[in-house]
Amino acid sequence: MRVTVIDYKAGNLTSVLKALRHLGAEPVVTDSDLSLIESAERIVLPGVGHFAATERLDATGMTGSIREAVKRGVPFLGICVGMQWLLGGSEEAPDQPGLGYFTGTCERFPEKVEKVPHVGWNRILPVVQPPSRLMAGVKQTDGGEYAYFTHSYYVPFNAVQVHPSDIPEPENVAASVTRYVINFASAVEHKNVFGVQFHPEKSGETGLKILRNFLEWTC
Amino acid sequence: MLTKRIIACLDVHGGRVVKGVQFVDIVDAGDPAALAARHAREGADEIVLLDITATHEGRQTLLDTVRRTARELFVPFTVGGGIKSAEEAAQVFEAGADKISVNSAALADPTLISEIGKSFGAQAVVVAIDARRDPEAEDPVRDAQVFVQGGRKSAGRRVVEWAREAEERGAGEILLTSMDSDGTRAGFDCELTAAVSEAVNIPVIASGGAGTVAHFADVFGRGKADAALAASIFHFGVSSARSLKEELVAVGVPVRLPC
Repeated sequence: MRVTVIDYKAGNLTSVLKALRHLGAEPVVTDSDLSLIESAERIVLPGVGHFAATERLDATGMTGSIREAVKRGVPFLGICVGMQWLLGGSEEAPDQPGLGYFTGTCERFPEKVEKVPHVGWNRILPVVQPPSRLMAGVKQTDGGEYAYFTHSYYVPFNAVQVHPSDIPEPENVAASVTRYVINFASAVEHKNVFGVQFHPEKSGETGLKILRNFLEWTC
Repeated sequence: MLTKRIIACLDVHGGRVVKGVQFVDIVDAGDPAALAARHAREGADEIVLLDITATHEGRQTLLDTVRRTARELFVPFTVGGGIKSAEEAAQVFEAGADKISVNSAALADPTLISEIGKSFGAQAVVVAIDARRDPEAEDPVRDAQVFVQGGRKSAGRRVVEWAREAEERGAGEILLTSMDSDGTRAGFDCELTAAVSEAVNIPVIASGGAGTVAHFADVFGRGKADAALAASIFHFGVSSARSLKEELVAVGVPVRLPC
């Protein structure tokens, strides 16, 4: 399966490409060629570093092509800053809008409680109701499984309803929850749009399982 | 809860993993790709590969080694040893490293830290500091000195100050090696590690002196380390990351147990 990987010059793509190939996918990289987004079977938007780097997505016209592809139902996965970009924006770069697929703004972890950035292996607890497609097979006992994080900004819960008991079901877009100082959404999913704050390409077997879920998901 | 990381370190010379006590009695400890995969399987949270040859001729060998080691590795992978420029760092990233560590080159030109961070992100830049306590000083820990050339030459900088500067310049993590403890297996320098960890807001990886499970518990507790590096205790099957972590869990240290 061909996976279009978006390069917006924010960090190294090698690990993501390697993990996709390991799972049998054929990644193709674009840093401006819109036809690779228009013809994409699946799209992965990786990215580490500063939210401001996503400006390049707008400048190259890739934002518009991604928006269209998402509307057509092409499965989309944003990783780290790629997930944060699905929101309206981030405190990290207030003048740079995100895709706005989800409401809300990414916030910075409060200082002086724990170290910021949040770096290392932390638990991801899948949201059970409704069951996450991305988290299929990730255990829901013992606080979940471990994934590797490195970030200073997070997707807050208020953007992402976590306990939907009193809310009609489509509102719930959190796929997993992680605690570092506060509880934040470590994965989101809605229809064909998925996002993970952690690095599945660096999270051992758990990460590969989640990437495989994304690659195998069909609507 | 964020767990404490156990990082397996592979010292590589000419494409092979070697281990010696304070760089003498170097013995061959195996193939880097095979050892990295084994450590990851047994629960190491990260792999660090340090090129101890770091000669010009050795660069190509190193890149081949990095490529081969990274191929089937799905945990964070750091490469260090002799990286002198942003161009060299880029080659190492391209070969499959997730982070690079810089040491003497960053001391010689601190702008290297931000330069690499600009292209690859701050999280990808680990500043390695070789430290020695200053026994002459009033406060041997606060006044601990940075050393270069494998601990032979003083860099004329205080460890805590250099760590702070590295953070300001955009380092993602500090890898702190106590030259006093390195190779002794007598325990980490917890006082020095705590002094650095309290001075910065980025993670500090403690290195040098690992010998027992209690040493790890100590450096995570008293030493306030976010991660700890272990090399020799993982070779030759002396101890695995899994057994180390199981014992750490038993004494209440939060670590990730492999599935």
